[in-house]
Amino acid sequence: MDGVVEPRQLTTTRSMTDRIFRGGISASGVAVLVIMALVGVFLTIRALQALSQAGLSFITTQAWEPDGGNFGIAAVLTGTFLIAITAIFFAVPLSTGVALYISEYSPRRIRQTLISLVDLMAAVPSVVFGLWGFFFLQGQIIGLARWLSTYLGWIPFFSVDGSDPDDPLSTATVFTSSTFIAGIVVALMVAPITTSVMREVFSQAPVGEREGAYALGATKWGMIRSVVLPFGKGGMIGGTMLGLGRALGETIAVFMIISPVFLIQPNILQNGTNSISALIALRYGEATPFGTSALMAAGLALFLITLVVNFIASSIVARSRSGASTD
Amino acid sequence: MTASIDDLDKLASGDPTRRTTLPQRTPTPVDLKARRIGGFRRSDVLSLAGAAVGGVGVAALLFTLLPFSGWMGFLVVSYVAFVGLYAVLVSLDEDFSAVKDRIAAVVIHSLAFALLLALIFVVTFTVIKGWEALTNLNFFTQDMQNAGPLDPLTSGGILHAVAGTLIMITIALAIVIPLGVACAVYMNEIPGPFARFVRTISEAMTALPSIVAGLFIYASLILILGFDKSGLAAALAISVMMLPIIIRASDVVLRLVPGNLKEASYALGAGQWRTVWFVTLPTARSGLMTAIILGTARGIGETSPVLLTAGFTAALNLNPASGPMVSLPLATFEFVKSPEPTMIARGFGTAAVLMFVVLILFIIARIIGGRGAGNLSRNQQRRSVKRSREDSQRFTRRESARVASEGSNPKPSSGTPSLDFGDTS
Repeated sequence: MDGVVEPRQLTTTRSMTDRIFRGGISASGVAVLVIMALVGVFLTIRALQALSQAGLSFITTQAWEPDGGNFGIAAVLTGTFLIAITAIFFAVPLSTGVALYISEYSPRRIRQTLISLVDLMAAVPSVVFGLWGFFFLQGQIIGLARWLSTYLGWIPFFSVDGSDPDDPLSTATVFTSSTFIAGIVVALMVAPITTSVMREVFSQAPVGEREGAYALGATKWGMIRSVVLPFGKGGMIGGTMLGLGRALGETIAVFMIISPVFLIQPNILQNGTNSISALIALRYGEATPFGTSALMAAGLALFLITLVVNFIASSIVARSRSGASTD
Repeated sequence: MTASIDDLDKLASGDPTRRTTLPQRTPTPVDLKARRIGGFRRSDVLSLAGAAVGGVGVAALLFTLLPFSGWMGFLVVSYVAFVGLYAVLVSLDEDFSAVKDRIAAVVIHSLAFALLLALIFVVTFTVIKGWEALTNLNFFTQDMQNAGPLDPLTSGGILHAVAGTLIMITIALAIVIPLGVACAVYMNEIPGPFARFVRTISEAMTALPSIVAGLFIYASLILILGFDKSGLAAALAISVMMLPIIIRASDVVLRLVPGNLKEASYALGAGQWRTVWFVTLPTARSGLMTAIILGTARGIGETSPVLLTAGFTAALNLNPASGPMVSLPLATFEFVKSPEPTMIARGFGTAAVLMFVVLILFIIARIIGGRGAGNLSRNQQRRSVKRSREDSQRFTRRESARVASEGSNPKPSSGTPSLDFGDTS
């Protein structure tokens, strides 16, 4: 014996059923990959036709006249972001409050019901929110929009052309169909999603640290600020980004509310704005083959943006301390 | 009691007259009532109520003196005044950190209340506006073929949209469930670089905006391949949108199946297929059902892919392969485009029906699902106990049969004991 022992070769002989089974599920994996790749590749190839003609002006042009060769996403992209940012501005404080309420303040008896309610709200179809925004909110919000533009009009985003606060007969229509209204409606849509991510993370804050904070004399809010919020920071950012991804891609509620313009409209209270998804819903029917290609390019741009946002969100959630306890 | 150095010296010298003196305890009254550590004190309630009344009062004063108007502004002003007054009232008898605590509690409670109220309001608003349409029975039994925009609500309905939604979602589920669950099983059963790649791609595709999924089917199937707009095209668009969602959710659920269950199955001699079919999938069944149903709720509610691919019709069309077909959200969208009040009422009614369908799906998902892998409902536990009792009886019967046959034929068995799974045969 020279002491060298050859490792035993382990082989698995699989039965016929197992081989068929493995083949079947591998095939489904490949099929899914092919479908997904087909979507991506097809979008890219069709978009390239328009992109190669437009070149860099695709990003800087505001107008959308693809058949005249003059088209770009400067206006719709700005509109998309303004709507999404307005939505996040309203959704984040709301959902932080709700998430903290559910995980910290709510009576234990109704907690599960509240969680189910928030999940159910996340499943409410967007067309319902669109209806509410168009038929109810639009009429009620004008007063608030007018007040904001009158007293905060010196902030660039809040000024409105064509409204005169001293003229009681000035028309209110300049305040309708604005980024502001669309943003509030989208905020209500994304708030349940953001809430449910945040609540999940807040409820995982370690009990030992909570009790440590109380033992050091913290009030409930002191405990939340020094334990729960730092612990849940990753989840808060991740949930917000996830909501942002949904807000960027939202179509039908935005499409129902806004009146589309192809200009960069930085005044969020002013009538008229646009978004990429609303542009596609508006123009797909009358588009020539080249026009469809241009819409594909816009869709691809939207997809890439939401992809990046979602990717950042999931990596932040995964890397946050949430889920790991301190021992 | 005081003890000086002298006293100690006397003690040390053994003076018998100087002994340790016991202190005279005066009995202090002991409060035997348990201290309340939770709940509200009277001052809490009073300061809240006082601040609320004061807030509304301040707002009312401002609105009569200054040129303010509108109920929304009134709410905002009274809320701000309420919080300010509450802070002042609490600071009268508490310190600064307690004041911060109270303010935070009040703000968090009101934020939660505001969001839940707003969401509930959105839902009830739809039902109330659509109630007029919902109370007519023909709304559920007719299509819009013979009803014009000016016709009253007693004619015309949304049967075509209900049928369209059911057909589309059935086709989509027939594609998505086998493909999605099989793909999730693949990622868990045959791990490796390729499976990781598939997982990354399908997670990336959850970011695909639904309108882009619709645009893909529109541009490929309808413009290039030349098919008509149809229910099938819409179902395919919904499938493209739902597939990544279902894969991701099923993947998470399957990953939670405890490894020792699978290993136990392998150790008993079952193959991979039997392990997946009899151990992994049944263990994860509740979670898988939840994933599928919640994905279905998303798919049913999407308007934009259907808008691009299904076309629009007012007539009932049961053939998904040809002719335009309409779904509930699309019908809502098309109804409310009309300026006629009856059409708008129909739109709200359709939206209410859609929400009702989503609610039903959600309740089903809650009833059968919502449990982690391996956590059984009471009925499942009962059935599992029954199965295991039957198994044990079977084992005893076999054992006694073996003993009996050995008794009649006393030759020691030399072979390995054979295992027999009742449910694999």
